[in-house]
Amino acid sequence: MPKVIVDGIEVEVPEGSTVLQACEAAGKEIPRFCYHDRLSIAGNCRMCLVEVSPGPPKPQASCALPAMDNQEIKTNSEMVVSARKGVMEFLLINHPLDCPICDQGGECDLQDQAMGYGNDATRYLEQKRAVTSKEMGPLIKTIMTRCIHCTRCVRFSTEVAGVTDMGALGRGESMEITTYLEKALESELSGNVIDLCPVGALTSKPYSFVSRPWELKKTETIDVMDAIGSNIRVDTRGGEVLRVLPRVNEDINEEWISDKARFACDGLKRQRLDKPFVRKDGKLVPASWDEALSVVADKMKQISPEAIAVLVGDQCEAESMFALKCLAEKLGIENIDCRQDGAKINADSRASYLFNSRIAGIEDADAALLIGTNPRWEAPVLNARIRKRWLETRLPIALIGEEYDLTYDVDYLGNSALLLKQILQGQHSFSKVLAEAKRPMLIVGMNALTRADGDVVLGLCRRIAEQFDLIIEDDNESWNGFNVLHTAASRVAGLDMKFVPKDRARYLEDILDDASNGIIEMVYLMAADEIDMSRLGKAFVVYQGHHGDAGAHRADVILPGAAYTEKDGLYVNTEGRPQFAVRAVFPPGDAREDWRIVRALSDVVGSALEFDTHEELHHSLSKAYKIFENIEVVQSSVVTDFGREGDVEQAPFDRGIKDFYMTDPISRASKVMAECSEVFGNTKNA
Amino acid sequence: MTGNELASDQPEVFEFSEENQKLIEGIIAKYPEGRQASAVIPLLDIAQRQHENWLPKVAIEKVAEILDMAPIRVLEVATFYTMFNLKPVGRHFLQVCKTTPCWLRGSDNVLKCISDKLGISNGETSSDGLFTLLEVECLGACVNAPIIQINDDFYEDLDYETTSMLLDNLRNGETTKPGSVIGRNQSENIDGATTLTSLKETDGVVPAFSKTIDSK
Repeated sequence: MPKVIVDGIEVEVPEGSTVLQACEAAGKEIPRFCYHDRLSIAGNCRMCLVEVSPGPPKPQASCALPAMDNQEIKTNSEMVVSARKGVMEFLLINHPLDCPICDQGGECDLQDQAMGYGNDATRYLEQKRAVTSKEMGPLIKTIMTRCIHCTRCVRFSTEVAGVTDMGALGRGESMEITTYLEKALESELSGNVIDLCPVGALTSKPYSFVSRPWELKKTETIDVMDAIGSNIRVDTRGGEVLRVLPRVNEDINEEWISDKARFACDGLKRQRLDKPFVRKDGKLVPASWDEALSVVADKMKQISPEAIAVLVGDQCEAESMFALKCLAEKLGIENIDCRQDGAKINADSRASYLFNSRIAGIEDADAALLIGTNPRWEAPVLNARIRKRWLETRLPIALIGEEYDLTYDVDYLGNSALLLKQILQGQHSFSKVLAEAKRPMLIVGMNALTRADGDVVLGLCRRIAEQFDLIIEDDNESWNGFNVLHTAASRVAGLDMKFVPKDRARYLEDILDDASNGIIEMVYLMAADEIDMSRLGKAFVVYQGHHGDAGAHRADVILPGAAYTEKDGLYVNTEGRPQFAVRAVFPPGDAREDWRIVRALSDVVGSALEFDTHEELHHSLSKAYKIFENIEVVQSSVVTDFGREGDVEQAPFDRGIKDFYMTDPISRASKVMAECSEVFGNTKNA
Repeated sequence: MTGNELASDQPEVFEFSEENQKLIEGIIAKYPEGRQASAVIPLLDIAQRQHENWLPKVAIEKVAEILDMAPIRVLEVATFYTMFNLKPVGRHFLQVCKTTPCWLRGSDNVLKCISDKLGISNGETSSDGLFTLLEVECLGACVNAPIIQINDDFYEDLDYETTSMLLDNLRNGETTKPGSVIGRNQSENIDGATTLTSLKETDGVVPAFSKTIDSK
C-alpha cells in the first residue's frame, strides 16, 4: 500500500493505483478527458498533468503514472496550471466555437474545463480543421469537427460493448474517429458513448436540438425495459419525458444502460390510452370513468369468480399488482397470474426464481453455464458484466440453447434440454469444468422455462446446482450460483407476492385453455400485452394499461393507466432487490395511476380496499410480504426443493426475444426503436 | 480529403499468392501465440506489393482474417502510415521529401520539375498512369538532400535537371542507379573524405572508405 503526499495531504492508496486515483483519494479534482474509471488507460489528452517528485522536472500525466511510496504530488503548482493551460490551448486550436448550437452545451467537459484553464482569446489565426461527420446509425449523431480524440468511444465499444467497430483512422491532423465503413454501431449499449463523449462530437440523435440541460427536471428512478432494474435519471420538461440517462449503481448497472432503456422513451408519447373506452356494437367508444368502471363492476358481479382470470404484465409496479391481488382475493378470484410468458416458475421457493449470485457476483464466478438465455438481448448491461469477467479471467462459459454472438467466447454445447441430463450425470465434458470450478454459476433464461416441461428443466438446473456445489454455505464462504435471468421487470415482485393461481400446478397455459373453451368468461389484463389474445375466446376482456397495444385492441373495456415514468412504485429486479421508482410526469389525459384505478374499481364492485394513499398501500404491502420492507436490500434466500422430476423433451429451446428493440408496449410504440429495428433488424447475429 | 478514405473502385476478391502465403507463415511464426496481430505491418506490406502497390478493402479484410483482428484495427494501421496506399497509384510512386533539410536544399525545384514535366501535384497520378506524386515528411537521408523515394529506391542530391533526367529515364523504361545522382559515395562529403584519410583497407576500415581514399 503506497503512501503518497498530495498537496501536503498524506494518503494511502491500494497497490496498483495511479497518481490520478491517489489525488482523488486526497480529495483533489484532476481535470481529464480521456481517462475513465471503467475503461483502459489511454493517456492521450494530457489534461491530467501534475508535478511529481521524485521524477523528471516536468509535468506528468497522472492517469498513466503508477502511485509509488513517498511520492510528493502537486496538483495546483504554477507549473501544473500553466501546463494544463497549454494543453487546453492546444485542444481548442481545432475545436469549433459552436457551443451555442451544440447539444452538449451546459453539460460539456471541455466547456467546463475551459472555464478553469482556457484563455479568453485565441492566439491562432489559422483556419480550424473541419472533419466530415460520420454515419453511426439512428441513435448517435456525430459532429466530428468537435472531436478531441480522447478515444473513450473507441475503448468503450471494444472493451465494454465487445463490438470492435470503432477506431481512429489517420494520424496527426488527419486523425478521425469512425466506425468501419461508417456502419451503425451494432451494440445494444451503443448509447453509452454519448455519455462518455466529453465534448459534443457524439450526441443523441433523437434528442438533438430538443432541450438544454438546465431546462430539465431530473427524476431519479428505475428502468423497466428489462429485469435488472437499471438505475436511471428521467429528464422531463413540462409533461414530457425528453430523455433517459443512466445513474451509477455499482451493484446493478455500473454506469451503463441499454439502448432500449435510453431511447424507447419517445414511445411514452405515442399510442397512449388517455381516456376510458367501452366497446359498444363492436366498436370502442370513449366513455367516462364512472361508466367504464360500472361496466367492469357489473360484469364482475355477474360472473362467478371461478370464471374470472386476472393477468398482469411485465412493467407493472408492485403496488398496483398488490392492490389487484387484494381485490381478487376479496372477490374470490383464484385464476391470477403474473407470468404472462407462461414461465413454469413456482412462487413458493424464493431461491428458485432469483439471480441468487447477484449481478455483481458475476465478477466472482469462475465458470458459467448459460441455459436457454440470450443475455445480450435479455439484459445487455448484465451481459457486459459477464464480458468484463471474461476479459479479466477468460472463465469457461458454456451455452445451451440457440447460438448467439454474446461478445465473449462461448463453448456452444448445442440446443437440447437432454444436455442438462448429461451434465448432471457427469457424462459431458462440461461436467468436469463445473466440478473443478470454485465458484461456478448457471444462468437459466426464460426460453428454457416457458416450455411445457419448463418446471422439469428448472428441477434439472437445481440438481446440477446441488451436484456441482454451485451453492456453498459455510463459515468462510457464501455463494449461490443458481441464477434465473428474468426478462420482465415486474416478475420477481409478482412472484414475491404470490401473484399466481392458488392451485400451484396451474399455469398460464391452463388459464388460456379455459378461456378459449369458454370456462373463463372474463379476463382482467393489467398491462398484459404479450399473451396470445386469440386464445381468450369469447371472454369479456378488461384492459388496464397505458398503450394501445395488443391488449387494448382485444379489450371490451379500456381503463387508461400510467406508464413507468408516471407513477411511484416498487420494482424488484431479477436479483430480488426492491427499488423505488419515482414519478417524473403525470399520466396523460384522464389516465390514472394503476393502483388508484383498482382502488376505485373496488368501491364500485362493493368490496372496498382498505388503503387510500400510496403510503397506506405500501405499508400493507410490506406488512403482507416482508420482502418489500427494505428497499434496495437483497434478502438472501434458502434453497429448497423446487422444479418437477420427470423427462425432458428433446425439442430445442426457443429463440425467445425476436427483436431486441420491440419487446413491450412502450418500445413498440417508439419511432426510434422502430428505426433501430429496421437498421439492425434480424440481420444481427445475436 | 484526409487520405483515410478507401478507393471508390474496389476489386471483389483478394488472395495471397502461394509464395506470399509461405512468407506470411514465417512472419507470423516469429511472434508468440496469441500475439499474431504484431505481424500486421509486414502483412499489409506484402499485400500491397502483391496488389500493384495499393491496398484494396478486401486485402485489409484478408489480413484481418489471417491475424484474427477486427478490420477497423487493420484499417487504423493502414491509414496511419503514409507507406500504405489505399488508392491505386502509378507504376512509379514518387515520394518527395519536404522536410526542412530537403526544403533548404531545393526540394521545391524537384517538385516544380515534376509538376512541369508530368502536370501533377501532391496526391495526383499522371494521365498515363505511370507516376503518382506524394509529398512526405523526412525520409531519413538528409545528408544527401533533396531526395525522392521511387517505389523502394532512394534518389538523392537532386536538382531540377537531374530530376528531369530521372523522370525521362523512368518514362523510357531505362534504369537509373539508385543513390546519389551526382556520384557521391554514400553519404560522405561531396568533395570526398576529409577525415580518416590516412586509413587504408589493411587498417580494417570498411571498403567504402578505403575506396575513396585509394582513388585520391
